[in-house]
Amino acid sequence: MAPQHRDDEDHVPTAGIVRPYALTLGRTRSSVNLPVEVMIQQLPLARRAQWAGHDQNARIIEACEERTSVAEIAAAVGLPLGVVRVLLGDLIEQGYLEVAAVVLSDSSTLTERKDLIERTLRGLRAI
Amino acid sequence: MDFGQSSQPAGAASTKIVVAGGFGVGKTTLVGAVSEIVPLRTEALVTNESTGVDDLAATPMKSTTTVAMDFGRITLGEDLVLYLFGTPGQRRFWFMWDDLVRGAIGAVVLVDTQRLDEAFAAVDYFEAKQLPFIVAINEFDGAQRFPVDEVREALALPIHTPVMAIDARNRESAKAALVRVTEYALDQIISGIGGPQTSVAHY
Repeated sequence: MAPQHRDDEDHVPTAGIVRPYALTLGRTRSSVNLPVEVMIQQLPLARRAQWAGHDQNARIIEACEERTSVAEIAAAVGLPLGVVRVLLGDLIEQGYLEVAAVVLSDSSTLTERKDLIERTLRGLRAI
Repeated sequence: MDFGQSSQPAGAASTKIVVAGGFGVGKTTLVGAVSEIVPLRTEALVTNESTGVDDLAATPMKSTTTVAMDFGRITLGEDLVLYLFGTPGQRRFWFMWDDLVRGAIGAVVLVDTQRLDEAFAAVDYFEAKQLPFIVAINEFDGAQRFPVDEVREALALPIHTPVMAIDARNRESAKAALVRVTEYALDQIISGIGGPQTSVAHY
């Protein structure tokens, strides 16, 4: 087919040399439920903290300077989503970061779902 | 909803729409056409366990492989952000979708009429998950036009599933697909509730 711009997302996966979950001491599940679209922001503790060096936690904290989503944080720090989720869960539990917006979930009521979809529809029509 | 404990003003929310489709069908193009940022890329890990007997697992080392996912963002006012996630349509990525579709408004299955079969897995999956989805036929220059009805028939879609032709490169066209899937998701809820149409807000 004709070159479809940058639609090369389905590239051949490559084998990693470092095991990604080494960064999380082998844990693959976050302590906090963190869908890819959920927004995260810094708490005052994050701004006061002195981070030794420039490790992945420092980079994650830095990425959250403005309210931003889990997916954007993962893209910014260049780590796989699953790894970033575990690290984010820790930083949330330790009081450095917090979840900053609601999302739809399995426990959302129909009314909540309808309201958010209506807001989205109004927004999409307005752009 | 989750996360009601947030210190944000009540009402700050984020949500997502999934764009699924076969290799090179234009998912990232569609995302990029409406996104306010150049599509970003993130990677999900594929473990041997999740790929089963698929060829992805046939790496010489038993190490982890990754699959890329491109996404974009549309700010819909001060307190609402919509994310668009492009995801590979093949069956072997289903493990990833379970996570991705949870909480999603709906999905756009982007199809190329030359390779309609690549949409089967995505259609099966969203039907099974009861996630509202539409089928968008990406008609770029020179592509053979197929009547929408033929595509519907080939994909064995229920009569109520929206099918539309779009140009994924065109912002308004891509936007129309997002509006359509959002409308459809809303319709599904309203008909699910069985309430009168008068409960619908007017825009």
